[in-house]
Amino acid sequence: MSLPKPDELISDVKLHSTPAKDWMEIKPELKKGYYLSIVEPKYLEELDLPHMGKWQPYDEKWPLPDDWREKVKEELQRRLRINRGFKLFMDICVRCGACADKCHFFLGTGDPKNMPVLRAELVRSVIKGEFSTFGKLFGRLAGARKLDEDIIKEWFYYFYQCTECRRCSVFCPYGIDTAEITMMMREILLELGIGTDWGIKPVHNSYYIGNHVGVPPQSFKENLEFLVWEFEEITGIKIDLDKYINRKGAEIMFVPLSGDYFAEPGIYTMLGYLVLFHYLDLDVTMSPFATEGGNFGFFNSLEMAKRLHSKIYDEAKRLKVKWIMGGECGHMWRVWHQYHNTFFGPIDFLEVPKSPITGTVFEHAKSNKIIHIVEFTADLIAHGKLKLDPSRNDHLVVTFHDSCNTSRGMGIFEEPRFILKHVCNNFVEMPENTIREKTFCCGSGSGLNAGENMEIRMRGGFPRANAVEYVHKEYGVNHLACICAIDRAALPTLFQYWVPGVEVGGLHELVANALVFEGERSRDVDLRRRPLKTPVKGVD
Amino acid sequence: MNVGWSFLIFLVLLLIPWVGVGVLGLQGLFVTVIPYVCFLIFIVGLVYRILNWAKSPQPFKIPTTCGQQKSLPWIKHSRLESPFNTFEVVLRMVLEVLFFRSLFRNLRADLQGKKLIYGSAKWLWLGAILFHWSFLIILIRHLRLFTNPVPSVIQFLDYMDSFIHSFGVPPVYITDILIIAGLSFLLLRRLVDAKVSYISHGSDYFPLFLILGIVITGVLMRYNLKVDVYAIKQLTLGLATFKPVVPEAKIGTIFYVHLFLVSVLAAYFPFSKLAHMVGVFFSPTRNMPNNNRADMHVNPWNYPVKHLTYAEWQERFREAMENAGIPIDEEAEKEEHEWYTIYGPNKNLNL
Ligand code: HEM
Ligand code: SF4
Ligand code: SF4
Repeated sequence: MSLPKPDELISDVKLHSTPAKDWMEIKPELKKGYYLSIVEPKYLEELDLPHMGKWQPYDEKWPLPDDWREKVKEELQRRLRINRGFKLFMDICVRCGACADKCHFFLGTGDPKNMPVLRAELVRSVIKGEFSTFGKLFGRLAGARKLDEDIIKEWFYYFYQCTECRRCSVFCPYGIDTAEITMMMREILLELGIGTDWGIKPVHNSYYIGNHVGVPPQSFKENLEFLVWEFEEITGIKIDLDKYINRKGAEIMFVPLSGDYFAEPGIYTMLGYLVLFHYLDLDVTMSPFATEGGNFGFFNSLEMAKRLHSKIYDEAKRLKVKWIMGGECGHMWRVWHQYHNTFFGPIDFLEVPKSPITGTVFEHAKSNKIIHIVEFTADLIAHGKLKLDPSRNDHLVVTFHDSCNTSRGMGIFEEPRFILKHVCNNFVEMPENTIREKTFCCGSGSGLNAGENMEIRMRGGFPRANAVEYVHKEYGVNHLACICAIDRAALPTLFQYWVPGVEVGGLHELVANALVFEGERSRDVDLRRRPLKTPVKGVD
Repeated sequence: MNVGWSFLIFLVLLLIPWVGVGVLGLQGLFVTVIPYVCFLIFIVGLVYRILNWAKSPQPFKIPTTCGQQKSLPWIKHSRLESPFNTFEVVLRMVLEVLFFRSLFRNLRADLQGKKLIYGSAKWLWLGAILFHWSFLIILIRHLRLFTNPVPSVIQFLDYMDSFIHSFGVPPVYITDILIIAGLSFLLLRRLVDAKVSYISHGSDYFPLFLILGIVITGVLMRYNLKVDVYAIKQLTLGLATFKPVVPEAKIGTIFYVHLFLVSVLAAYFPFSKLAHMVGVFFSPTRNMPNNNRADMHVNPWNYPVKHLTYAEWQERFREAMENAGIPIDEEAEKEEHEWYTIYGPNKNLNL
């Protein structure tokens, strides 16, 4: 799909003026390049989900089920009843507007319905209009309206222009989290049978094959074989893969991300994990079934999130490991950190994670028995267990992108920075208001990283890209490190568009680059075969 | 348009006591029945809201983590932004409720050419703080009307609030000036700022008009249209002790307007956005600790779900795995598991 040039794309964005018409009177106009396609009904069927047959969002009349109105009302009320957060967020917004210009989709489109407060009003107005006496009595004056078919289109359009990034929630005086609202609204759309192609197919793959991209176990192994072969070509070091796949009785089960063994540049992060395991001779293995730490189910419904991740603890049990470690991924860690324990706990068949190398007991994960590989590695470095030569990353000027999920849904800020500072010499932060808890989403999270909605992705990613552009021009940053597989898939496209010249990669790629192996041989390229600034002098 | 209607409703409310007392002479109705009914609505309504929130379960522990998590012992965790225990949560909440900490973070985004700039934007915070704190202090000061003798704390507050008198300025309360400043700012902002104006409903302007109305009638009563304070105190004490008396002395219609608007505010409170006063305490993104992996949160409606088991999966890929040299788990057994779903054709659970 052809996009306008970067300079033209956002020329229509006005952050301080609004349409003449009241937002309730503006009918949803589904712009091409902004929305996702609808999935083939058979995928929904095979996942026991309702569907609306074969149709697409651009169809004038949507084939909604006959009782759609009752269904929507019933499902709204159900969620108000069983989810305090949702109910509260519907009740207490004062429309102070503090969240208005915090959303990257608003900053990239200027569309007022992308202000988090209005995104929420899209539902709040219906709840008032359908269920509240005040709302029924005063109508528009109280911000209330009645349900109609256009509203369903509007919901579909705008709740898939929210990446559930929680940036708005940081600034709201009541912590109103539009991400929670989006989650509930996507569930309700799903109840009607509305599921997106990019959102549901990965779920189907993950459910039946084991990972989002649908890599079967034999290809999983082949891909890893290719990676360790590459590594051997470059360094002469041979990694034996067999013990890392489906071996019973290992101490640790590691769960990777499909993005990391499927395509560049994620594969170098996967390689980074394997290199680290090999370096430590770690007693770790991976399940060929639980080959996906990420969870696209989460972008559709909480139930689906649970359906996909049941396999993780089940596999840990079957493989008789002691504890679980997870790779570098954003939404995966939102789910693992904030939801897993509630979904699957109490986890009493595993042990509290303890690093076999340093003896550190990870008390903060004592209940759900899962730690982040970045926590694991930071602990190794702090104990001096890794011999690192940061100059091996001197060809890179690195910045760090805090992924929205790990930032605002977990709070892992220092561990990755600690690692970065030990594995490279040139580390530059992006401007203060665009990092840490105020970080900007890549614009493609929560199941939006498809091809057909490229324009909204480029617009939504604009604030992130803009901050990268700043450090690129100011400090010559040419590499962005992140701990999210969706970032690694989405950001290269984003940067190609907005800031060519900045590459993207995971943290453990840089760790592996910097690792000094005993008796290693000389080389003059990094794991991606990019020339090193100062070649490694080995013992050969 | 929203503003207009909401102002009109406010004007009507203003006229009601004017006509009711000034013309029809229904003092009794306006000083007894209406305040009592409205305050009853306030209490019952608020209790209803609170119970309603309290009894709906919070399924997941979802704090918005705005700072470093507690993980490794040598990494300093942010006790306020990523509270790990109840004490830290309380600290975070206190700062939110008393000082609007999240609002203090506010930024303003501007697009200059192709550059996004984020500037500091503390005005909203300041206006909100001025308004809320003044409101609170004024409310407490009012207790002198409902107590006899007046507790010294309230006397002291009264004294502090009016200490600028000693500089020879006219006898005004500081909070009176500040609340009018705060409210005017909030109202102006709503009218002038394009985005805020665009998101505002009539019901967003209404409380501002109402509270401004209350403040202005109050101030007028004190500084211009002098009312009989002794008679008022008789009346308010009577109300507070459930022995209401309709004062014989003429108080001045302005007082009835003031009291009526306060009654309306009370009755309106629980059913409007003003309920944020209580709601803020329930906010799951602020009142829960970020200790999910250390301390399990229970969801009362958690249910087992349908999922594929390893045995089923392995059966499907057995041959490919054997060819690829991936170990087969011969012990894996096919097991049925109990499951529920709230979706689609197999729906078997109604939450
Ligand atoms: C625990 C007590 C309370 C807290 C923490 C609180 C907090 C806040 C915050 C943070 C705002 C957003 C900023 C703003 O728009 O001004 C706000 C708005 C507002 N509050 Fe409160 N509030 C409390 C009690 C009250 C009470 C008792 C009233 C009045 C009866 C009130 C009336 C309002 C109004 C009218 C607004 C909207 C202002 C506007 O239109 O811009 N609040 N509150
Ligand atoms: S910041 Fe919170 S209260 Fe203010 S408008 Fe946004 S959601 Fe509503
Ligand atoms: S969660 Fe993120 S994408 Fe969604 S409305 Fe809030 S800021 Fe925008």
